[in-house]
Amino acid sequence: MSGANDVTSQAGQTSQTSQQSHGRTLSLTLRIWRQDGPDAPGRFHTFDAPNISEDMSFLELLDIINERLIEGGDVPIEFDHDCREGICGMCSLMINGRAHGHELATTTCQLHMRKFSDGDVITVEPFRAKAFPVVRDLVVDRSSFDRIIEAGGYISVNTGAVGDANQTPVPKEAADTSMDAAACIGCGACVAACPNSAAQLFTSAKLAHLNLIPQGQPQRWERTEAMVETMEQFFGSCTNHGECTEACPKEISLDFIAFMNRDYVKAKIKNRKLTGQS
Amino acid sequence: MAESHSGPNGASNGVLDSRVPDGPMADKWTDHKFSMKLVNPNNKRRFEIIVVGTGLAGASAAASLSELGYRVKVFTFHDSPRRAHSIAAQGGINAAKNYTNDGDSVHRLFYDTVKGGDYRSREANVHRLAEVSLNIIDQCAAQGVPFAREYGGLLDNRSFGGAQVSRTFYARGQTGQQLLLGAYQALAKQVAAGSVELYTRTEMLDLVTKDGRACGIITRDLISGEIAAHTGHAVVLATGGYGNVYYLSTNAMACNVTAAWRAHRRGAYFANACYTQIHPTCIPASDEFQSKLTLMSESLRNDGRIWVPEQLDDARSPDLIPESERDYYLERKYPAFGNLVPRDVASRNAKTVVDQGKGVGPLRNGVYLDFSEVIERDGHPAVAAKYGNLFDMYERITGENPYAVPMRIYPAIHYTMGGLWVDYHLMTTVPGCYSIGEANFSDHGANRLGASALMQGLADGYFVLPYTIGDDLAARLGEPVVPLSDPVFAQATSEVTDATQRFLSIGGTRSVDWFHRELGKIVWDYIGMERTAAGLEKALSEIPALEAEFWADLRVSGSGANLNSSLEKAGRVADFFELAKLMARDALVREESCGGHFRAEHQTPEGEAQRDDENFAHVAAWEWHSSDTTQTRHIEELEFEEVALTQRSYK
Repeated sequence: MSGANDVTSQAGQTSQTSQQSHGRTLSLTLRIWRQDGPDAPGRFHTFDAPNISEDMSFLELLDIINERLIEGGDVPIEFDHDCREGICGMCSLMINGRAHGHELATTTCQLHMRKFSDGDVITVEPFRAKAFPVVRDLVVDRSSFDRIIEAGGYISVNTGAVGDANQTPVPKEAADTSMDAAACIGCGACVAACPNSAAQLFTSAKLAHLNLIPQGQPQRWERTEAMVETMEQFFGSCTNHGECTEACPKEISLDFIAFMNRDYVKAKIKNRKLTGQS
Repeated sequence: MAESHSGPNGASNGVLDSRVPDGPMADKWTDHKFSMKLVNPNNKRRFEIIVVGTGLAGASAAASLSELGYRVKVFTFHDSPRRAHSIAAQGGINAAKNYTNDGDSVHRLFYDTVKGGDYRSREANVHRLAEVSLNIIDQCAAQGVPFAREYGGLLDNRSFGGAQVSRTFYARGQTGQQLLLGAYQALAKQVAAGSVELYTRTEMLDLVTKDGRACGIITRDLISGEIAAHTGHAVVLATGGYGNVYYLSTNAMACNVTAAWRAHRRGAYFANACYTQIHPTCIPASDEFQSKLTLMSESLRNDGRIWVPEQLDDARSPDLIPESERDYYLERKYPAFGNLVPRDVASRNAKTVVDQGKGVGPLRNGVYLDFSEVIERDGHPAVAAKYGNLFDMYERITGENPYAVPMRIYPAIHYTMGGLWVDYHLMTTVPGCYSIGEANFSDHGANRLGASALMQGLADGYFVLPYTIGDDLAARLGEPVVPLSDPVFAQATSEVTDATQRFLSIGGTRSVDWFHRELGKIVWDYIGMERTAAGLEKALSEIPALEAEFWADLRVSGSGANLNSSLEKAGRVADFFELAKLMARDALVREESCGGHFRAEHQTPEGEAQRDDENFAHVAAWEWHSSDTTQTRHIEELEFEEVALTQRSYK
């Protein structure tokens, strides 16, 4: 989208141009997927959206379309959203075929209309993956992610059964990389962007978060096996396209997939009854 | 339920028994843990506990209770427990670890929290909170929460929100996310073990009581629309705050008061509804379709300078306004603290200048937060290293580059200190019904300190409720749950079904969002940053008028038998109308200014909040009677044994 870049660069130049850029409006056409339920057939509906302020977020555009639908006595479009500040992982959408739209490192709720051009036709679909069945319209069911976490995405320490936090130092580099992985918001864009609908990026992010730090070592190998194998019950296989990391609003690195694959092989060859094999 | 009941914490006759134990402050919790009754480990499985909400408080409580052996059912209206709004907390979590050797202690955290709450919180609760803050950090670190570390591998701390010591633990700017994921994962472990039953996309719509005691809840499955009843020995409400009554707030879109409010209607007193917190540094609204406001970390005030043009309605671009025509109003009025005055002071002053017509931006609804001086002094790279992600976030939302143009900020509602009244056991005035986290009123008084919300949510869930709930349950060993065949469930189910149907059958012309926006404007204007008797009276006439229109002209399309977010919102907005009236009444009666509650009639000659300790050093807890009558105000006197009451001053 060339128009998008123009606006960004303008905003950065001087205060005058950025002040002037406010108040621009766009006239857009939206093709939005509508589907009554998981088994119902779906189809695209076309909506005109005139006078859309460029300062709106993409979800506020959908709010407006819904207001108009309600005014006209129609049923509004269902879509998932909540925090609208890019952290809860609830919003989704394929916008012009891209998970969370074309803007890098951005969730749909943080995508603003100034990134679009007047006259654009925008296609909006739910996240597409067999493991994410459509619930209604643009809402999908991502609970298969919870099943992966339940398989081992935790450290088994019961409340109260722990010593002082500083008794276990964590090398800063390990803590920082663990945090890089833990930044995953569980939105599922990685799956939606993947030609195989694989969930390697999501699963490896949680595994790296826990397997990189000392607290995660006791369950490292069983966690890896259980989470990977649960993942494979729901999702396709990774063939290293790298679309996942491109779509990831938190820019989770592909390195974690390599880390997971190594840990999975190790988990398979380790005899966990012997001690000292970390 | 119009009649008042009397339970173990007998709230009848207007006397609220807080059940604060006797003894020296520092020993109360330790001694009380010994004196409370215990449920034998093998008997815990004979009790069923319902937990509503899976934020920090709910997820930590559900996980901890099931680890103890209780059978737990947990409910969230999200698709996964991990979506709860605790996830959005940025700054950090306080704990009196004194890892930095700078003189912190349990007593100091306790003292700071009572003072920060403007002497309107219950001392014993706050002391307990400060005590268990130590355990929270240990627990979270053991769960693998990736807190920031020093090079030696130990935990890093920073000073936050004007605290004189460095006691805030953090995980980049995503502390809430990481703590919530820790609690969510602890919960997932228990779900996998089969000891917690998790209900997602399921909203609680009523509390069920039998003979005055909580015995279950009524829920709506948001996907199928099915209304169902659930029974339990106890019900725990961990359903968050009510900031969305203002429509525009930093809360997530789905945050609401419904679960707490329905419990209120069933007999739980609602306390201190007027204590709401404004965050001074949010991005101003850009148009009328703005759906929420985004908070910018308060740390920006460490280096940014706040100003507005001297001239009214000055349309010039900020770089064309010379220094001599700028008003750095905080630096001018508060030379000692300058731009770092507390949240409420910074917020009120921003409102004052914007109301005078000095606001900036296309809608004249903000003030400048200017970084040009620090960029000139320390250089672009140094500022980028410190605030880079915040500057990027600002640019993404506004399209303006804050390295070149001053940021525009304005206050927004951020947190609500009021909530369901609870005693020292975190039990509401309905026996068997508990409330934890932001949903209760207990620990923050009239104003919450930065980095204390996460602390309280986890304190309640991990380390307080798991102890106190046993004391009540121990006495009920052998009592079966009320069976779902009992008429109380049929009655409540049919009431919820009728209420849901009623929204669908109004058939008016306006959307729920329209009413919510209009309500939000009234609440913001009259029960916002600054309140006056006249304004509150006005709110009390305008809100019911709009509410009547809501019930006559609402349009909810679609059906009740599938996913219908307009229908969900209709129920929540209906409750916000009732809550807003209570907020106005609570604010009107409280003839003083304290913390987040600023009555313009009660200020010092310098324009600061003027408390009235003589008449208002108490909690106001309101008892519901019916939709047609106003609630009765009950009082819990606050006694200060440890902390001397003083007037705050930031000159």
